[in-house]
Amino acid sequence: MGITTIIFMLLSLMAVGSAIMMLVTRNPVKSILWLIVVFFAISGHYIMLNAQFLAVVNIIVYAGAIMVLFLFVVMLMNLNADSEPTRNVRLQAVGILSGGSLLLIILSALMKDGGNNVVQMRIGDEGLISNLGKVLFTNYVLPFEIASVLFLSAMVGAVVIGKK
Amino acid sequence: MDINAYIILSLLIFTIGIVGVLVRRNAIIVFMCIELMLNAVNLLLVAFSKMHAATAATKAVASGAADAQIFVFFIMVVAAAEVSVGLAIIVMLFRNTHSVDINFLNRLKN
Repeated sequence: MGITTIIFMLLSLMAVGSAIMMLVTRNPVKSILWLIVVFFAISGHYIMLNAQFLAVVNIIVYAGAIMVLFLFVVMLMNLNADSEPTRNVRLQAVGILSGGSLLLIILSALMKDGGNNVVQMRIGDEGLISNLGKVLFTNYVLPFEIASVLFLSAMVGAVVIGKK
Repeated sequence: MDINAYIILSLLIFTIGIVGVLVRRNAIIVFMCIELMLNAVNLLLVAFSKMHAATAATKAVASGAADAQIFVFFIMVVAAAEVSVGLAIIVMLFRNTHSVDINFLNRLKN
C-alpha cells in the first residue's frame, strides 16, 4: 500500500466522518465548523489530484467566504441547539432509509470493473494556474463575463431582499 | 488510484447531503447540505478529468482535462451567487417568523 493510498484513505475518512458529524451535531455553529473540515479534506483531495488552482479556490471561496457568511447569519439570529424542534423518529428513519437506498442504486449502476480506469495522481499540469488561466481567457471568455453579470444580479438581489 | 474509489467517496458525501436535507428542519443546515452535495459533484468532476488525462496521455490526443476543471470553477461561482441570495431569503424568513424552521414555509400552500 503506497503513500498515495494511505493519504487518500485518511482524507476520505476525514471528509465522510466530518460530514456525518455535521449532520448529528445539534448546535448550528459547530455544524458549520464541521462543514469547514469537510471542505479542507476535499481541498486535500484536489491537491492529491494535482488540481492546485481548485484546491486554493475551494479554500478561499468555500471555507473563507461562504462559510463565514453562514457563520455571520447564524450568529446574527442567535440560534442554539434547542431552537430546532426535532422531526419525529419515523420521518427520520424514512429519510435515512431513502438516502441509503439511493446510495445503493447509484452505486450498483455506476460500478463497473472493465478497463483500466486509473486516475492520474500527483502528476499532470492540467490543474495548474497558468494552464487553467490560458483556457479560461481563450475558450471561456464569454461564460466568464456572464458570471460577472450573474454576480452583479445576485448582489442586487441580496440587497433588495435583505432591505425589506 | 482507481476511479471507483472516487465514485464511492463522492456518492457517500452526496448521500449524506441528501439525508441531511430530508432529516434536518433548520433551514440553514438544509442549505449547508446542498453545498455539501455540490462539493461531492465537484470532487467527482475533478477525478474524472484526471482519469481523462490518464487515458489521453497514452493516445496523444489533445487533452480536454482542463475543461472539466473550468466547469468546476463555474459551479463554485454559481454556488457563491446562490448562497448570497439564499441567505438573504433565510434572513427575511427569520425576520417575519422568528424561526428558521422550514415547516413554516408551508404557508405558501394557501
